[in-house]
Amino acid sequence: MISHLRTMWLVFVHLFHRKVTIQYPEQRVPLPPRWRGRIVLTKDPDGGERCVGCYLCAAACPVDCIALQATENEEGRRYPEFFRINFSRCIFCGYCEEACPTYAIQLIPDFEMAEYKRQDLVYEKEDLLIDSQGKYPGYNFYNVAGLDAGVKEKGKGGNEEEPVDIKSLIP
Amino acid sequence: MQHVWIVLGVLFVFLNIAAGLIWVERRLLALWQDRLGPNRAGPLGLFIVLADTLKLFFKEDWIPPFADKWVFILAPTVVVASVLMGLAIIPFAPGIVVADLNVGLMFFLAMSSLGVYSIVLGGWASNNKYSLLGALRGASQMIAYEVFMGLSLMGVVMLSRSFNLTEIVAAQEKIWYVFLQPVGFIIFFIAGLAETHRLPFDIPEAESELIAGFHAEYSGMKFGMFFIGEYLGISLISAMTVTLFFGGWLGPAFLPPVVWFFLKTFLFIGLFILLRASLPRPRYDQLMAYGWKLLLPLVLANLLITGAVALWLKS
Repeated sequence: MISHLRTMWLVFVHLFHRKVTIQYPEQRVPLPPRWRGRIVLTKDPDGGERCVGCYLCAAACPVDCIALQATENEEGRRYPEFFRINFSRCIFCGYCEEACPTYAIQLIPDFEMAEYKRQDLVYEKEDLLIDSQGKYPGYNFYNVAGLDAGVKEKGKGGNEEEPVDIKSLIP
Repeated sequence: MQHVWIVLGVLFVFLNIAAGLIWVERRLLALWQDRLGPNRAGPLGLFIVLADTLKLFFKEDWIPPFADKWVFILAPTVVVASVLMGLAIIPFAPGIVVADLNVGLMFFLAMSSLGVYSIVLGGWASNNKYSLLGALRGASQMIAYEVFMGLSLMGVVMLSRSFNLTEIVAAQEKIWYVFLQPVGFIIFFIAGLAETHRLPFDIPEAESELIAGFHAEYSGMKFGMFFIGEYLGISLISAMTVTLFFGGWLGPAFLPPVVWFFLKTFLFIGLFILLRASLPRPRYDQLMAYGWKLLLPLVLANLLITGAVALWLKS
């Protein structure tokens, strides 16, 4: 009997406790910067697409929600012809981001992606590409790659030596 | 003509209270669980009542093909009707009473017992094993708790020498009966909880064991009737508690009697909800043992002592 009354009193006192409810549209949950939300494709500092169409994200994706087709421009730079993410399948696991060798695909703290039609959850490349470098500002893959794809000449990149003339014996 | 207005007024006020309790209960439960509860629709979320009612009206009103159709339809009306009948004898203020019966208390007990037909018939007509179990429990709970619900009120009757509720309230002019009959009050309130089968005594419903017990097969407004009946039952028991033990409309003169009455009633409605928020449901056999082995002897002893004191004071 006493314990019942005590229980009731303790529950009653909760009337004056701080409420845990976050009133969503007005108040927002503070999301950490590494929150895994909407997937974006980022760009180089000079505005080129980072994605090189290596298919590693599509291979890493456990739910197979990423589809892309790689192609090449006349300078030899690879880029995706189309890049499609089906967000009605996506589980926001972040494996694609881990797999990406060029920091192109990134997950950002945004989860407000509700749509009325399921088809609208399929994002094409123009929906995914953002005009930003994302979490790795200043990084340009073709700057550090050994390849000349119109960004820099061979041997002119960072941490890169001039190519060796393999036909010559002079040191 | 005045009678008609009183009847309509009581109906209007109590049906609105019963509907409004949807909001009150959800808000209070939420506050006691450190949440906010429904606060979006309309001011303070009050329109949730409207939204809920509309939703109930638009839900599919399904009668299972295996059910006993007419009894199934009839069952939810019984609880609402009987509780509304019970409200007829409550004096809200001097002169504001639908039926000033000289056996008012008896009428109340009779009407609140009739409510169990709703559970039994609903559970039986549903033709579903969980519903039947719920009905079974409802019936045995009602029998167990009805006995000492009546007995717990006899102390009040002894003191006031009347079954008429207006006279019982008038007899509390000097001192409320809760101070003279504390045991009677506590037992009446517990029995009232069981009578309305509210948590923690909601064993006919017991959503964790019997899914929803007797109203498992009900949907739409038929389910809504059970719901309204439950809330009306809460209001009725609260109003009766106030009338019998807390001096009804009596109170300091700065507020009109009706306001005092409803103020006290809402306090008890809040207590009902607090009980739901805090106490877990006892097991079925525990409830029965509690009723027959503890409360019944207690109420009989209370009756004996009250009678003895009353006789002693008289002589």
